Amino acid sequence: MIPGQFDYHRPASVSQAIGLLAEFGENARIVAGGHSLIPMMKLRMATPDHLVDIQDIPELKGVREDAGALVIGALVTQTELIASELLAEKCPILRETALQIADPQVRNAGTIGGNVANGDPGNDMPAVMQALAATYDIAGPNGARQVAARDFYEAAFLTALKDGEILTSIRIAAPAAGHGYAYQKQKRKIGDYATAAAAVILEMSVGTCSSASLALTNVGDTPLYAAAASQALVGTALDETAIGNAVAAAKDITDPAADSRGPKDFRTYVAGVMVKRAIETARSRATA
Amino acid sequence: MNEQTPTPSERAEKLQGLGSSRKRVEDARFTQGKGNYIDDMKLPGMLFGDFVRSIYGHARITSINKEAALALPGVLAVITVEDLKPLKLDYMPTLAGDVQAVLAGDKVLFQGQEVAFVVAEDRYIAADAVELVEVEYQELPALVDPFKAMEPEAPVLREDIKDKTEGAHGPRKNPNHIFTWEAGDAEATETALDQAEVVAKELISYQRCHPCPLETCGCVASMDKVNGKLTVWGTFQAPHAVRTVASLITNIPEHKIRIVSPDIGGGFGNKVGVYPGYICAIVASIVTGAPVKWIEDRIENLSATAFARDYHMKGEIGATRDGKITALRCYAIADHGAFDACADPTKFPAGFFSIFTGSYDIPAAFLSVDGVYTNKAPGGVAYRCSFRVTEASYFIERMIDVLARELNMDPAELRMKNFIKKEQFPYTSATGWEYDSGDYQTAMDKALQAVDYTGLRTEQKANREAFERGETRKLMGVGVAFFTEIVGAGPVKNCDILGLGMFDSCEIRIHPTGSAIARLGTISQGQGHATTFAQILASEIGIAAENITVEEGDTDTAPYGLGTYGSRSTPVAGAAAAMAGRKIRAKAQMIAAYLLEVHDNDLEWEVDRFVVKGAPERFKTMTELAFAAYNQAIPGIEPGLEAVSYYDPPNMTYPFGAYICVVDIDVDTGVTEIRRFYALDDCGTRINPMIIEGQVHGGLTEALAIAMGQEITYDELGNVQGASLLDYFMPTAVETPHWETDSTVTPSPHHPIGAKGVGESPNVGGVSAISNAVNDAFAHLGLKHTAMPHDHWRVWKTAQKLGLTG
Repeated sequence: MIPGQFDYHRPASVSQAIGLLAEFGENARIVAGGHSLIPMMKLRMATPDHLVDIQDIPELKGVREDAGALVIGALVTQTELIASELLAEKCPILRETALQIADPQVRNAGTIGGNVANGDPGNDMPAVMQALAATYDIAGPNGARQVAARDFYEAAFLTALKDGEILTSIRIAAPAAGHGYAYQKQKRKIGDYATAAAAVILEMSVGTCSSASLALTNVGDTPLYAAAASQALVGTALDETAIGNAVAAAKDITDPAADSRGPKDFRTYVAGVMVKRAIETARSRATA
Repeated sequence: MNEQTPTPSERAEKLQGLGSSRKRVEDARFTQGKGNYIDDMKLPGMLFGDFVRSIYGHARITSINKEAALALPGVLAVITVEDLKPLKLDYMPTLAGDVQAVLAGDKVLFQGQEVAFVVAEDRYIAADAVELVEVEYQELPALVDPFKAMEPEAPVLREDIKDKTEGAHGPRKNPNHIFTWEAGDAEATETALDQAEVVAKELISYQRCHPCPLETCGCVASMDKVNGKLTVWGTFQAPHAVRTVASLITNIPEHKIRIVSPDIGGGFGNKVGVYPGYICAIVASIVTGAPVKWIEDRIENLSATAFARDYHMKGEIGATRDGKITALRCYAIADHGAFDACADPTKFPAGFFSIFTGSYDIPAAFLSVDGVYTNKAPGGVAYRCSFRVTEASYFIERMIDVLARELNMDPAELRMKNFIKKEQFPYTSATGWEYDSGDYQTAMDKALQAVDYTGLRTEQKANREAFERGETRKLMGVGVAFFTEIVGAGPVKNCDILGLGMFDSCEIRIHPTGSAIARLGTISQGQGHATTFAQILASEIGIAAENITVEEGDTDTAPYGLGTYGSRSTPVAGAAAAMAGRKIRAKAQMIAAYLLEVHDNDLEWEVDRFVVKGAPERFKTMTELAFAAYNQAIPGIEPGLEAVSYYDPPNMTYPFGAYICVVDIDVDTGVTEIRRFYALDDCGTRINPMIIEGQVHGGLTEALAIAMGQEITYDELGNVQGASLLDYFMPTAVETPHWETDSTVTPSPHHPIGAKGVGESPNVGGVSAISNAVNDAFAHLGLKHTAMPHDHWRVWKTAQKLGLTG
């Protein structure tokens, strides 16, 4: 559990960080909270020669509102995210999800940027970002660009992020006031990845679901945006049949690996249970 | 001179002796981060060792190239089996009469096995060098199923002993067979089962798990070449035995070896044995002349040092139709891994598994255990229990429940119907154990009443009806377990490890001003010996516990003892402490008689002093007597006040308890919540109720961990699975329910203070209670038995098989 040798860099700005990444190429890795990368380095599954620690870059910090959008800096820790009253008011699913990530010590160090950028299918925030239709702000040697969370994840640990790029912030159009939300996660113990988890954002209008957005965690190679399942809810009263249809549609797109959390059929079944419960909770929270 | 004194009971209270919940004296340093663990040790010039380990479960080593590693600056040596052979250290004896490869020779036999030992200036260089050692393997088929080990076509694992037809415990049936151990009357049991009105059968498996102490195993070895003395500081649960074994292995005379156990961060059986890391660190220190530290990381600890359980027990239990048990039979396969490195007493290769008749008066019983080799890590230690008692207790407590289903009888009622009755003690079991004392019915009645057992069953009936109507997706389960432990090994006449009798010892020196130091042959790993042994002595010699220092773990200063495991410290060393205290008191009585000018017999002991019978104003306190021992010339009495006692217990002790667990199972997710857990323990005389409660909490939490998730498995190729804390279940406060504790007190008749030991009881009883509760939740649907661990997916699978998941 001792990592190999590496050099450590601590840039003070995004441009400096991009410069370092350009200089060292694929031998460099960005580190922020370190809760994904450092364990992999200790197991020598990752052996970067250069670590670019971005924690001193002020422009990556803080939560703010920008033209109606919520903007969360990549360095915002899970603890800061939980503490943000702005997010709690405008987008409470983030607090609900962050509270289900690991334990307070990990949340004190782990960042939202690392959680979404690493491409680990076990991470919780990517599915939530897909449900929220978030976009990621990315800076790189060729300037800035944006990628939708729903388009970002390609395979396990493989994302739209190119060599030399840094995810700088997350941009979320705040869901409508009175929306229903839930992040339903089953895990074996504190600190564990989900056996299966589901994120739901929905709106009700006079007893009918007017919009719904569903995504799944850790039941495939990537987070899964469940378009068909979402669609199955819109225009219904979220009755048993509609929820059943959404559950079936969500289960259809899962492809979990058999691991110590359980065999495939179990994890698929649980994904369905999480979807069902998340919809029920979201429905009970929707006020319009 | 005799001013107004407090009353005897006030004085007794000040001593903080037996029965006092005095705070743990150890905690001041632990809570301030001032403990001194192995990895805190830094010696000048200290080097670090690290292992190259096998990546395969079973393979031939075709070559080892250490050149690249040796070329790395800061690397001093790369030790392989070729370096150990001339020293005759390529194999070391295990505590079970087998030999274990220190470094692999021609073959590796489990993933994680030690292949080479790198010695470097710091641990980072050592870790880098490990990556540079090139080992070439030729993979062989792995044997991971213990049942297949007995089949003729199974691959032969131990080529080093393949022609040995006689093992340490009798004939070997095949090259992967270690021993067969039998107990009880085969014929009588066969007859009783044939004649039984009802026979229930079940295969009860207890999965391979691991004690997983928070501090992993490690040591610092330092060979002083000037005086020829070897000092080894290490995570040793039995430092004196380690010294003797080290002397036998290395041929260094025993007086030239000093073994020290500093603070130990939990042992739970994992730190009883001798590991290749210790031997390699010693060799490296001898070779380099510098101190050498070796310490495992978590994955190494979970995958290479001693595991626990891995017992697969086929049971048959016979009874009359009205529930009187007439016979019990068990055939068990014991998976010992690649080497037989159990830490059982020599004559008991399956430990005390023959206590498998539990708390019940079963007239005929027979068991047969086959120990086998597989391509897994060696071990088979007692994880917070006495030798194989948890396996035995789990077996009988599951079999009783299985029988209860068969008879359609309440499991608590079936237990009570078959209890050994109070008037039957001392009771000799069908396999020959003499239970010293017990009052099971009283304990069970108290437990059933405390949880309102009848009310729980009524609630469960309503829950099942509601489930049937579709009103809930949760099922309620009630688990009852009643266990009897067998601890305090043990009488030297039948208990030894490597020929060393399992007595223990205490040496006391009373200082002139009336304080004292006591040293014992045991070693605390969190049990609080410095607190509780002082309490025993306080009550025996009338010196306040706070004025008694307790030291253990340094073989240069402590008297010889067999160490701490199997709940033996209180039953054996605690008894030695009481007996040594009584020797002190006997001498103090002679001194008092001289000073008070009366005959010895005219004095009586009162809390902290000798008082002249009939003249309460004439007395001498222990403090006064201590001083007199050092400043008076008393005819016929040597100066000083010291005593030593080596205690050979006449029998084991038999703590028992009644545990009841209530669970609610979400059948759609398999999530099982422990709603309530009640634990009644009877450990005889209670030395420190607060420490007992802490021990029970800790043991129950480990029981929860085992019952609900802890498991080390291997895939077909012999790759170890789950050997990190990502997967291996280590409960935190979040996963741990509230524990309710209670007690009855049935003192041991043969122990000097009537104490029986308690640290391990909650693991023994807890696993059964939880597992019984999970099984009970599905009992009305026809489930007889479902195997541990009861993690989400297995519980869900059970529900699925019963048609509950749609």
